[in-house]
Order: sequence, then structure tokens, then C-alpha cells
Amino acid sequence: MTTTTFALRDTSTMLRREFRRTLRYPVGPSVTVGLPIVFLLLFVYVLGDTLGAGLAGPGAGRDDYLDYLVPGMLVLTIASATSVTPVTVAIDRTAGIMDRFRTMAIARSSVLAGHVLANVAQAMVGMAVLVGIALLLGFSPTATPVEWLVTAGLLALATFALIWFAVALGLVADSVETASNLAMPLVLLPFLGSGFVPTESLPTGLRWFAEYQPFTPIIETVRGLLLGTAIGWQGVVAVAWCLVITVASWRWARHLFHRDPT
Amino acid sequence: MRDLRAATTDPTTTPGRVAPAIEVTGLRRSYGDLLVLDGVDLTVTPGTVFALLGPNGAGKTTVVNILTTLVDAHGGTVRVAGHDVATEPDLVRRSIGVTGQFSAIDDLFTGAENLRLMADLHHLDRLEGSRRVSELLERFDLVDAADRPATTYSGGMRRRLDLAMTLVGDPQVIFLDEPTTGLDPRSRRTMWEAVTELVDDGTTVFLTTQYLEEADRLADRVAVLDRGTIVADGTVDELKRRVPGGHVRLQFPSTVQLDTAAATWRDDGRVVGRDDRSLTLQVPGDGSPDSLRALLDRIDRDRLDVEHLSVHRPDLDDVFLALTGRGTDHDAADPEGATGTGRADPDHATAPEAVR
Ligand SMILES: Nc1ncnc2c1ncn2[C@@H]1O[C@H](COP(=O)(O)OP(=O)(O)OP(=O)(O)O)[C@@H](O)[C@H]1O
Ligand SMILES: [Mg+2]
Repeated sequence: MTTTTFALRDTSTMLRREFRRTLRYPVGPSVTVGLPIVFLLLFVYVLGDTLGAGLAGPGAGRDDYLDYLVPGMLVLTIASATSVTPVTVAIDRTAGIMDRFRTMAIARSSVLAGHVLANVAQAMVGMAVLVGIALLLGFSPTATPVEWLVTAGLLALATFALIWFAVALGLVADSVETASNLAMPLVLLPFLGSGFVPTESLPTGLRWFAEYQPFTPIIETVRGLLLGTAIGWQGVVAVAWCLVITVASWRWARHLFHRDPT
Repeated sequence: MRDLRAATTDPTTTPGRVAPAIEVTGLRRSYGDLLVLDGVDLTVTPGTVFALLGPNGAGKTTVVNILTTLVDAHGGTVRVAGHDVATEPDLVRRSIGVTGQFSAIDDLFTGAENLRLMADLHHLDRLEGSRRVSELLERFDLVDAADRPATTYSGGMRRRLDLAMTLVGDPQVIFLDEPTTGLDPRSRRTMWEAVTELVDDGTTVFLTTQYLEEADRLADRVAVLDRGTIVADGTVDELKRRVPGGHVRLQFPSTVQLDTAAATWRDDGRVVGRDDRSLTLQVPGDGSPDSLRALLDRIDRDRLDVEHLSVHRPDLDDVFLALTGRGTDHDAADPEGATGTGRADPDHATAPEAVR
């Protein structure tokens, strides 16, 4: 077998391991899938009427807000997945099994790749479930099949980028608790962007942050693709953010993985 | 006085015959300002058991981590199974199996699944993998527990599973970092039997231990690591020969008497060890009637109140004492487990006795 087939085989072994672990201890999927659904219901039914009217003027209401909210919720799903990943990585690291893998003649990339792919898959499932529920509640996107595909691609890219970042956080943490704390702020980011209300409505300092943080262009691009709002440069900015985060996090994670155990 | 290697006559280390399974020269490593390994030299002959002995914090795990490609050396050369760990880590990994100081198993998996995972990572095909898994479950007495999650395993079972996982790939050189720390005597014996079987099959075993009995039982050669350097290296017998005679252990009824005796005898340097908890002093003595008579006369003369007296033939503990000026002294060095786990250590108190 060549090096590549070895790497693929080891990665699929690691991926199967992750899936099996997830089924045994399904805290990850419950957060990734559950949290955005809870927020969706909460925002639409508790605040939807008021926020909808505030957004689109009198006469508008819950349904308009649901449409506005879904893109932010999709990104919140990514953020939730990102908050789970560091914990699973830190568990592997502190439990010693990662060190065992490191002493074995396996494709080293497979150890982290297994974590990344499993968590990306989990987040994508979470997003599919979320869209399903939103459609049941009356979400009415205008997207063509191609736009749906592009949306899925962009969300997958964003997930991939942020999960790599999360893996690095899990490796840099010295304990499972630290890993969990490090990841917490990520869940807040969509709230401090254009996920729930337009950035123009935010106070100046926060607005500045909201406009320049990576989640906002991703949310705006998804919103444009699904609902036909203006995208402008946001799409390019979103993709650029994803690529930068992927490369930087991947390098950081790799460096941390190869460093001495502490 | 401190270097045994010059006096070593063991034929198994004669150069030019067999390439060593492990060859370490001038190994150095520090953590920050702390120099942990300061020029360690080791040679391990294929098919033998080598025990690295040392108290807590001596640097044993650091040596194992470097030899198993987990940690970089800061100086010196390390070859394992004929390959340099710095330049050919993958070839080294292909030849080794590692059971670290702390268990490295997947807690959410059952014992069988853990072994299966190893089989998959060693690219064994389905049939070969299953065969290997059931063979190892059998060998390590884990058949009944095979389908239970590893979280439900006892310490001994975890350790056995850990070793079984290490053996899935049939490694030439096996590293065991304190394989029996915290195990009860029965589990310990199972581990020892497993090690003996491995060596009978031609595997090389590098183990670290704090138990002299373990080194005595298993090892063809022993090296004593103390504060980052090898203070002695040889066969167990050679090491024991380093300490002429044995010692006599005197037990006193109270600390006051212990202090008095220690003060009386310290002047002529006759105290070689003291343990406040068991209220004992160790003084040199080979157990011959003459030396005993002299000792008893002295006890009478100094009016010392000795409650109990026992004669000990030299063992590795004495070697340790002679080489480092300290006992192995697990308790002093390891209050509730300096390793952070607070592992129970059921028979360490008796382990050294069993050697005699
Ligand atoms: N990652 C690390 N960072 C800083 N210091 C370290 C690190 N690893 C080990 N040390 C230090 O190096 C020294 C040797 O540690 P090591 O774990 O090798 O000892 P050991 O002989 O295995 O001890 P034990 O019997 O307790 O397992 C100790 O003083 C320890 O504090
Ligand atoms: Mg250690």
C-alpha cells in the first residue's frame, strides 16, 4: 500500500472510532443539534413578533423574523460544534490514548483528521436538522438548487475552518476543563454579529466588532443565498476568512500535536 | 566507586556480536531550567529484559518518552531497533510497543473494541485481526470482560488491557513504564508472567520500576537512574556484589530511643539508614556470629533499648543506598503519589523483604 492509502485507511479507522464514541456518549450531538433548535424556538416564539415588526416594519411579524433568523442559527450550529470539539480532543490527549497513537506507525495526520471530519459531519447533520425544523415552522427561502448547494458548500467550508481552530484549542488546553472554557466564547460570536439583529442596530463599539468578525460575512452570505438579500463583497470576505482560519488553525494544531507531551 | 560499567563482564554486551536493541549515548534533556537527563548511556541486548530503576522524579518516564519518539532529546544519540529516533522515528515506531505509566485506553470502548482498534491501525485484515484480538483477550484473562466498557475495568484489568493493546502489532521492542505500580500481588504476577513469556519469544523488554523485587525477578540487567544520571549498571548480581556484607536493622520502642541510638552511632558513621515511621536504624553487618556479637556488645555498652533486630543480606535496596546515599524511599518522595494519581501501593512495604 502507498502512503496515501495508508493515510486514508487510518483516517477512516479514526473516523469510525469517533462515530462510535459519539454514539456511546452523545453529549456532542445534543449540544450541536439541540442548542440551535432551542434558540430557534425561543427567539421565534418569544421574541419573534416584536423583532419581526422591528425589522421589517408594522405588519411584519414572526414569519419574517424566522426567515431573518435561520442563517444566524445555521452559523450558531457551527459555533456549538466548535465548542464541543476541544473537549473531545482534550479527553483523548489527557487520557493518554493520543500519546499511544503517537508512538504507533500510523499516518499521524489521521489522528487529527478523524476528529475534524467527525465533528464536521456532526455539524452538517445538525444544520440539516435545523433547516428541516425551520421549514416546518414556516421558513420560506427563495434559493434555487444551485444556491442551496453553494450555501451547503460555504457552510461546510466554514465548519471545516472553525473545527480546525477548535482542535487546536483542544490541544493547547492543559485539561478537559480548560478546553471546555476556551471554547465557550465561540458560541457567543453569532450573537455579537448579524445573526439575530442587523448590525446597524447595535451600539457603535459592538457594531464595529460585529461588522469585522468572521461570522457576520458568513451569515450575510448565507442570508443572501437563501433569501435573496444583497451579498456584495460579503461572499468573498466570508471565503477569505474561512481559508485564513483553516490554514492558520491547521498549522497551529499540527504544531501542537507534534510538540512534546506535557 | 560509582561506575560499574568498567567492571562489567557480562558476555551479552560484548560488542560486535549482536546489534543492540537499544543504544543510548550521552542522552540529555531539560525541561526549562531543570536538567532532567544529564548524559545517560544505556545498551540493551535483543531478547533481554532491561530494568531502569529509580525513585520518583529520577527521569524514568522522560527516558521512555524519548526512546519511544514522544519527546525530543536535547543531546546525545538514541537508537532503537537499529534506527535513530531523531531521524527515523517512523521506522522506530514500526518496531516498538509502548505501555506508558498511565493507561492509554479508550474508556468508551469495550476491551475487545480497544484491541480491534489497534488491529485496524496495524492494518491487520479482518480475519487476522479477530484472531489476534481473541488470542490476546485469552492470554490476558479478559475474555469475560471483553464486551464490557473499559470504564468498568479494575486497575489490574486496565493495565492488562493496556499491555494487550501494546502487543497487537507484535513489536520487537516493548517499553513498560512502571507496569505494576498500584497493582495487587496477583495482577503483578500476571504482568510478570506476561513479560517472561514475551522474552521467551525473543522480544526485548525495557521496563522502569521503583520496585527492587520486580527488577530482581525480571531483569537481565539493571541500571539505576538517579537525578538524571546512571549511577550503576549491571546484572542484579553484580549490583549486589557492590555492597559487601549486609546490614542489620534495629527497631526501637520510641523516637526518643531511636534518636539516642542514631546520635551515638552517627559519630563513627555506622548508620546507613533510618526510618522514623518504623522506628528503625540500619547499621552495617554481614550476619556472621562475630559481627553480631560485636553489635550486641555495643548495644549493651551504650545501654540502647532495642526492641527487635533482624539481619538482612544485601539486596538492591542496599545497592541503592550505597550508590545514592539515600534509600529508594517511596513514601518520602511520593506523598500520596507525586505522580498525581494517589495510586494505592499495597505491597511496596513488603516488596524489598521478598527479595531476601
Ligand atoms: N513536561 C514536563 N515539563 C516540566 N517538567 C517535567 C516534564 N516532564 C517531566 N518533568 C520533570 O522531570 C523530572 C523527571 O520526571 P519523570 O517523569 O521522567 O520522572 P520519573 O522517574 O518517571 O518519576 P515517577 O516515578 O514519578 O514516574 C521531574 O522533576 C519532573 O518534574
Ligand atoms: Mg514516570
